[in-house]
Amino acid sequence: MSVTITVNGADHALDVDPSTPLLYVLRDDLELNGAKYGCGLGQCGACTVHIDGKPAFSCLTPVGAVAGRRIRTVEGLGSAGAPGLLQQAFEKEQAAQCGYCIAGMIMRAQALLDRIPDPDDAQIRAHMQTNLCRCGTHMRILRAVRRAVALRKGTQSAQEVRP
Amino acid sequence: MSPVLSNLSRRGFLAGGALVVSFALAPRAFAQLAGGGEGGAGPAVVAPDLKGSLKSTPWLDAWIRIDADGRVTVFTGKVELGQGIRTALIQVAAEELDIPPAAVTLVTADTDRTPDEGLTAGSHSMQDSGTAIQNAAANVRMLLAAEAARDWDVPADQVTTGGDGRLRAPDGRTLAYGEVAARLSLHVQAVPDAPLRKPSDYRTLGREQPRVDIPAKLTGGAAYLHDMRLPGMLHARVVRGPSVGTSLQSPDLDTVVRMPGVVTVVRQGGFLAVVADRQWTAIQAMRHLQRAAYDRAPQPPLPADGTGDAVAATLKALPARDISIMDTSEPAGPAARTVKARYTRPWISHGSIGPSCAIARYVDGTMTVWTHSQGTFDVRRVVAELLGLPPEKVHAIHAEGAGCYGQNGADDVAADAAVIAKAVPGRPIRLQWMREQEFGWEPLGPGMMTELEAALGADNRIVSWRHAVWSNPHNNRPVGAGGVLAGNEADPPFPAPEGKPIPMPEGDGSRNSNPLYSFANTHVVYHFLKDMPARVSALRSLGAHLNVFSIESMLDELAAAAGIDPLAIRLDHMRDERARDVMQAAADRFGWSKRPKGDGRRGCGMAFARYKNLGAYCAVAMEVEVDRETGRTLVRRAVAAVDCGQPANPDGVRNQIEGALVQSLSWTSREQVRFAPDRRASFDWSSYPILRFDDVPGSVEVVVMDRPGAPFLGIAEAGQGPTAAALANAIADATGVRLRDMPLSPDRLKAAIGPV
Ligand code: FES
Ligand code: FES
Repeated sequence: MSVTITVNGADHALDVDPSTPLLYVLRDDLELNGAKYGCGLGQCGACTVHIDGKPAFSCLTPVGAVAGRRIRTVEGLGSAGAPGLLQQAFEKEQAAQCGYCIAGMIMRAQALLDRIPDPDDAQIRAHMQTNLCRCGTHMRILRAVRRAVALRKGTQSAQEVRP
Repeated sequence: MSPVLSNLSRRGFLAGGALVVSFALAPRAFAQLAGGGEGGAGPAVVAPDLKGSLKSTPWLDAWIRIDADGRVTVFTGKVELGQGIRTALIQVAAEELDIPPAAVTLVTADTDRTPDEGLTAGSHSMQDSGTAIQNAAANVRMLLAAEAARDWDVPADQVTTGGDGRLRAPDGRTLAYGEVAARLSLHVQAVPDAPLRKPSDYRTLGREQPRVDIPAKLTGGAAYLHDMRLPGMLHARVVRGPSVGTSLQSPDLDTVVRMPGVVTVVRQGGFLAVVADRQWTAIQAMRHLQRAAYDRAPQPPLPADGTGDAVAATLKALPARDISIMDTSEPAGPAARTVKARYTRPWISHGSIGPSCAIARYVDGTMTVWTHSQGTFDVRRVVAELLGLPPEKVHAIHAEGAGCYGQNGADDVAADAAVIAKAVPGRPIRLQWMREQEFGWEPLGPGMMTELEAALGADNRIVSWRHAVWSNPHNNRPVGAGGVLAGNEADPPFPAPEGKPIPMPEGDGSRNSNPLYSFANTHVVYHFLKDMPARVSALRSLGAHLNVFSIESMLDELAAAAGIDPLAIRLDHMRDERARDVMQAAADRFGWSKRPKGDGRRGCGMAFARYKNLGAYCAVAMEVEVDRETGRTLVRRAVAAVDCGQPANPDGVRNQIEGALVQSLSWTSREQVRFAPDRRASFDWSSYPILRFDDVPGSVEVVVMDRPGAPFLGIAEAGQGPTAAALANAIADATGVRLRDMPLSPDRLKAAIGPV
């Protein structure tokens, strides 16, 4: 059966069982590495992507349910050559050990920044609560999110003063 | 309809060739040294005068090759586990060759390409491989300089380098490394005394270096084994009962082989797997097969509940072999105060965020296995024995996985994938375990207990110290087919080898049971328990987690009994200057002397250990706040100080210690594998909760001691023990309640505090 999904702005027509979790379609059909299999149970956040701007567990989302909706993955935020704001901040803070959780962390954090441009520490912690990291990189992840907030403010004020 | 590949017994596999088992008989004494200090096999020492892993692989071209165009390739038998070793080793090589780090390509463990350095474990990588690469690079630089000197007809010691990959003559002439290397053979043995660069000249070592593996991890680059896609690759799932010791009775193969997209079912003895063209199909087929009822093999009883008493009762019921670890007697004054205590730790899961994965391909009689095991060469040994292939027909290549923190399912899944690939020749097989399989089948970190009795004299000096530890072996790393699940499931089965203790000074359950402090009359005994109620193996820091927790808790118990400051009692009994320095550094940065006094709610604690008494020194101080109504404990701030000799990448060191601290807080405060009578009962993140963002410390600061040019000391496991004890000590300072059974959970603390 054919399903058409929109990922990072591009449409993909796929011949796939619509009950297949979006995670496997992203990884195996679209060859996107960002979303990871961590639990398949909605418990860890390693598979986090955005669906219509909201963070979602791609491991629990049947691909048939997202036809026509906007899907964004960490690849949609930037690349190693041209990293997005959060990716830059994570790089600057060296916020990864094994890094397996990190793409999910970045997508989770991006959803917060999309909603609240200047979150405080308690808001960041509460929002990130969903996602697990086993390496104990939490302190750096928190620093990276704060740095992204600061970076954006810096960029904005830089833009504001520009004539 | 898909065929069921069955009745391929091991004897069937073996018909074509002799079974090679000699590797399993490699001398264990070498294995301890070469294998990363945590079992595993390892190559023999052939050059004892050389340093690090050069002892077993002395040839320079095994470590370093320089192309004519100047490109440098460095080979290591160690692997990246998320600990940042790739970047650190590049820094070591770049420094000692005196070239920019970007000029170095590093190849990690690959049985066809790199030296065998045993396991990447036991915080040995910098000591083994870092030291080998450092000395090999110094040798290579020396040879290059000598060759250039000959060319220029100047004394060799007049030839210098400038960090740019060129040799310089006193008159300003230069030669590129590649040009000179083209005239040399590096297939020569290292010499032990090639001069190392002076720390004052360092350009790369000890400088902050962004990790080379991080950009891909942030952007969805191909960073993991899990991300490999080979042409024609099929997806497999292995089918097992709910946890170790169970077996499915009669799975419904008939339905599954008819499912569209199922390529085949592989059944050999007790091993069962399904292969499909898509992952989701393989998962659905696996789920269908798993509906079968299961049996459980008889095993020693598992601890019925998670209390310290249950852990202790389970362990004490097992037959013990008593090993004396330390036995000193000297004259000391009479005891004025004696404190006795029992400490326990339950079984703990590695809990990798990414379940284990492997890819295997069998073509033309050669098996290639991509694995994230810590023992790439052991994967070759295991797969060769399991499949009856000569070892040279098995090519094992490391590719990165999720953090493992010890022996998780990585070795098992590699063997599983190889069994499947052998049955489906020509097609690469990607196998990933499911979350519940990782929890149910990986070896756990063993449950342990200690009993301590210590006495203070009237002068507040410790006059006697007794420490007894009960533990299963932590050293069940597979070196042959019996060490992996697929081996145990083969027909006939390869029996699991009997667990053995790791001798001191590394130790396993005994690790760090020998205090670094100078106590009079110290008696330490290891009650080694070979019978394992639950499948167990190495978990980051092995026995050091509980042994350091016990020693450092006891010191605070003594200090509290005598009214001594916890820092003072430690410094009073410590002669090692570097140990004193890290304790003082942590205390100074923390503001220990001005810390708030425990007030029922807030309190501070500290602890120290030198990992294995051989590795990095680490002291941790923290301030906690306890909610007396719920027992919830928050770490407001934590400070760690670490001395790892010359740090390669100081930010890499901080990253590891921060991670160790947060992970150890999770283990110590809330983790415990639950058992039902017939199986494990922790199978997901709700039945095995770990620390989340709400409960991580307010801040963590790491002080890295400056030790220019001092030998490398591994740091990856140094923080686990001190963090655990600092937490217990801070809780005791805050509340007056001493918790001795891990996890130091809110429920236990609330019950111990009593009605508010
Ligand atoms: S993999 Fe989706 S939440 Fe864990
Ligand atoms: S960095 Fe390894 S799980 Fe988060």
